[in-house]
Amino acid sequence: MGSGTSTQHHFAFQNAENAFRAAALIQRWYRRYMARLEMRRHCTWRIFQSIEYAGQQDQVKLHDFFSYLVDHFTPSSNHERDFLNRMFTEERFPQDAEMEKPSDYESIEVPDNYTGPHLSFPLLPDHATALVEAFRLKQQLHARYVLNLLHETRKHLVQLPNINRVSTRYSEEVTVCGDLHGQLDDLIFIFYKNGLPSPERAYVFNGDFVDRGKDSVEILMVLFAFMLVYPKEFHLNRGNHEDYMVNLRYGFTKEVMHKYKTHGKKILKILQDVFCWLPLATLVDEKVLILHGGVSDMTDLELLAKLDRHKIVSTLRRKTRKEKGKPAPKKAGAARPTPWFLPLRAGSGGAPRAGRSSSLPCGGPAAPDPARRARRSVDLALPGCPQQGGSAPSGAQGEPERAAPEADPEAREPPEPTREEWKQVVDILWSDPMAQDGCKANTVRGGGCYFGPNVTEQLLQKYNLQFLIRSHECKPEGYEFCHSRKVLTIFSASNYYEVGSNRGAYVKLGPALSPHIVQYQANKATHMLTMRQRISRVEESALRSLREKLFAHSSDLLGEFKKHDTDKTGFISLSDWAEAVESVLRLGLPWRMLRPQLVSSSTDSMLEYKSWLKDLAKEQRSRENIQSSLLETLYRNRSNLETIFRIIDSDHSGFISLDEFRQTWKLFSSHMNIDITDDCICDLARSIDFNKDGHIDINEFLEAFRLVEQSCPEGDASDCPQTTDPEDGDGSKPSTQ
Amino acid sequence: TELVVAEYHRKIKEAFEVFDHEANNTVDVREIGTIIRSLGCCPSEGELHDLIAEVEEEEPTGYIRYEKFLPVMTEVLLERRYRPIPEDTLLRAFEVLDPSKRGFLTREELIKYMTEEGEPFSQEEMEEMLSAAVDPESNSIHYKDYIAMMVVD
Repeated sequence: MGSGTSTQHHFAFQNAENAFRAAALIQRWYRRYMARLEMRRHCTWRIFQSIEYAGQQDQVKLHDFFSYLVDHFTPSSNHERDFLNRMFTEERFPQDAEMEKPSDYESIEVPDNYTGPHLSFPLLPDHATALVEAFRLKQQLHARYVLNLLHETRKHLVQLPNINRVSTRYSEEVTVCGDLHGQLDDLIFIFYKNGLPSPERAYVFNGDFVDRGKDSVEILMVLFAFMLVYPKEFHLNRGNHEDYMVNLRYGFTKEVMHKYKTHGKKILKILQDVFCWLPLATLVDEKVLILHGGVSDMTDLELLAKLDRHKIVSTLRRKTRKEKGKPAPKKAGAARPTPWFLPLRAGSGGAPRAGRSSSLPCGGPAAPDPARRARRSVDLALPGCPQQGGSAPSGAQGEPERAAPEADPEAREPPEPTREEWKQVVDILWSDPMAQDGCKANTVRGGGCYFGPNVTEQLLQKYNLQFLIRSHECKPEGYEFCHSRKVLTIFSASNYYEVGSNRGAYVKLGPALSPHIVQYQANKATHMLTMRQRISRVEESALRSLREKLFAHSSDLLGEFKKHDTDKTGFISLSDWAEAVESVLRLGLPWRMLRPQLVSSSTDSMLEYKSWLKDLAKEQRSRENIQSSLLETLYRNRSNLETIFRIIDSDHSGFISLDEFRQTWKLFSSHMNIDITDDCICDLARSIDFNKDGHIDINEFLEAFRLVEQSCPEGDASDCPQTTDPEDGDGSKPSTQ
Repeated sequence: TELVVAEYHRKIKEAFEVFDHEANNTVDVREIGTIIRSLGCCPSEGELHDLIAEVEEEEPTGYIRYEKFLPVMTEVLLERRYRPIPEDTLLRAFEVLDPSKRGFLTREELIKYMTEEGEPFSQEEMEEMLSAAVDPESNSIHYKDYIAMMVVD
C-alpha cells in the first residue's frame, strides 16, 4: 500500500531499473557477438597466411622431387632422356637465334586502328599522366611502346647506384609505398589521393610491383614512366618478386604472355634484365633506410653499395643466367646437378660443378641432334655475344667460361656474384622481422632470415640511422610498427587475399622524418558492408581454400581418423578430429575455433568422418570419371604442376604435347608412390586434349580441375589473365625410399 | 572430468594463441575480453574487469601470461560461468525498452539506451550496431528480425 505517488515512484524506479538491466543485457550480448566476429577475423587471417607461406615452401619440395628424379629415374629411351634434359638445362626460346636484340622495337609497327596511348621519347610528364588515365580506362599499351619504354628504363637504371639517396630538402615530402602485386586500382588510388609524382612530391616504391594481381604490366609501365620523367624524385627498389624465376610461378609471366601474344617473349627477356638493374635500397636524408624485406646481423651497407647488382639475376639461385647443368652420370658419389630453375638448397655447400664444363656460354644455330641440343645452354640475356660456332658439345671439358668482354653493357658477361654478395642481397629482399632477439634462418620463406630487435638496433647504430621502412608482408591495417617503432612495414595492396581482407597503406615523410600513415581500401563496395558482412566474405574465401586443402589430403585424413576410431564405430570425437587434422595438414591453425565452419553436423559431439570426407569431395567440382586419388594428388600438387608445365612449355605457347604431359605425370606419380596406371594417365591426357591435336592447353587443363582461380568478375575465364592462386597446394611428400 | 579438463585446456590454448602475436605465451590485456567471449562466455564489462584483475600480474604490465590465464579460465568453463543469453531473454529485454509493444525501437531510442544506460557503448560500438540494425527505410530497429539475423553459429 502507500500513497499513489509512492507507487508511481516505485513503478518509475522499477521501470528505470528494468530499462537499465535490459540495456545492460543487450550490450552484454552484443559485445559477445562482436568478440566472436573478431576472433573469426583473426582466424581467417591465420588461414590465409599459413596457406600462403606453406606455398612458398613448395620450392623446396620441388627441389626434392627433382633430386629424387636424378637419383632414381633411369631414362629408358632417348626420348625420355631428352625430356629429362629439358628440365635440367636452361633451354628457353630455342628458336630465337634471329631475335637477337630484344630492344629491336623500331621494326614493330603500330597499326592505325590502335586506340591505346602513344608514347614518344624523351617522355614528358604529360605522357606519364596520360598513361595512368589510359590504364584507368582499361586500355593496353602497344608492345612497341612497351619495349621502347623498357629499353629507356634500362638505360636509366644502369646509371643508378645500388642505394639511392633522397633528400627532403629538395622534395618537401617523400611518400613510400609497399607491395602492389599487380593491383592497379591501388596505385591509381594512391596517385588520386596523394597526388601525382612531381619535383615537390617524391615517391619511393618498395618492390613487389608484379605477380598475383592482374595488372602487373600496367603498374610497371606507370612506375617506369614516372621514373624517367622525374629521375631525381621517383625511386624504385627491387623486391623479391622482381625476378623472372619467381614470376614463372606467381603469374607475371603468364600475364605478359597473355596480353602480348606476339611480343611477349621479347618483353620478358628485356624485363629479366631490367629487374636485375633495379636499385636495392633507398636512403632518405641519410637517416631512413628503405628496402624490401629486411636485414640480417651480417648486413653490410658498404658491401651492398659496392657490389655489381646486375650479377644477381635471381635471388632464388646464385648462378648467373648462364645456367649449365645436365643430369648426373649414373655414378655413386658424382655431384648432383640442380635444375636451373630451382633454388639452391639453403646451406647446400658447393655448387655442383659436374655439368658446367661441357656447355657453351652462348647460343648458336639450333642443332638438329637432340642430344647436342640438350647439352647446350642458351644464354639469351646476352644477345650481342659472339657465336662460338658449332663447338663440339660432347666431352668438351675445360671449356672457357666466358667470351671476351664487350663494350656494349648488354653483352658484358658479369662474373658470378660471390656467395657473400648473393647472401647480402637475399637477406635484404627476403627477411622478416621477429619479436625475439637474434637472427635465424627464415625457413618459412626458404630464404633470408628472421631478424630481432637487437639486429635492427645494431644496424641503426652502426650506420647512424633513425629507422627502417620495409614491406614484403601483408598486414591487416596495411602497416605495422615493430621493434619499438624502429621498423615500419608498409604494404600497399589492399584486399590482397580477398575483397575486404586488409587495407593498404602508404607513409609520408616530411623534413622532420616522422612517419604519417594513410590507409585505404580500394573497393568502394566494402565500405557499405557491415563488419559482419565483410568478415563473412573474406572468411568464406579462406574457408574455401582450407576445405580444398582438406580434400587434397582425404586419404591421409581417413587414415588418421581410423587410428582414432579404435572400436571401428565410424565415429570420432570432435577433439580427435582437431588432432587428426592438424597432424596431417600441419598448418598450425586453431582447428577447434574453426570447427563450426568446417564441420556442419555432428551428433553428440561425435563426427561420422567418412560422410564428412564425402561431403568435402562433393564440394569440389570435378570430373566424375577421374579416380579420386588422382584428383586429390592433382589438387595437392597443382602449383608445382603448373610450374613444371610452364617450364616444359619453354616457348611459352601455353601448350604442351600429350607426350610431355604423360611423361611429367609418370615421373610425378612414381615419386609420390601413387599407383596410377599408365592407362589411366593416357586416358586423362586424351580426355583433356579437347581438340584432339596432340596438344594440351595448360590453362584448360588446370581449369578442368578447377585449379585456377577465376579472377575476372565478368566474362569467361579465357578472356582475362588468370592470377595464379596464392594458396598453393602442398608439395609432394618426400620419397620414403 | 579429466578428459573434459584436457579438452578445455586445448580450447583455451588455441584461443589464446590466436592473439599471442609474439609467440611468447602472452597476450595484450585488451584482447582478453575477445578470447574469453569466443570461448563461449558472455560476461558483462564489470565481470570482465574482475576476471582480468584475477589474471593480471601483481604490477600490471599490459600483458596477460598464459600460465595465469589457463587455470582461471578452466575454472570459469568448469563452473559454466557467464552463460550466453538465450534468444527469448534477449527478446524480452528489447521489449522492456519498447513498452508500447510497437515491435521496433527508433534510432534515437536505441542510441539513448545504448549510450546512456547499462554499461554504455563507445561511439564506435554504437555506429557499428546501427549500421547493421537500422532498417534504412523506416529508420528504426525491428528487434525481432535483428536478433534473428545476429545469430552466430
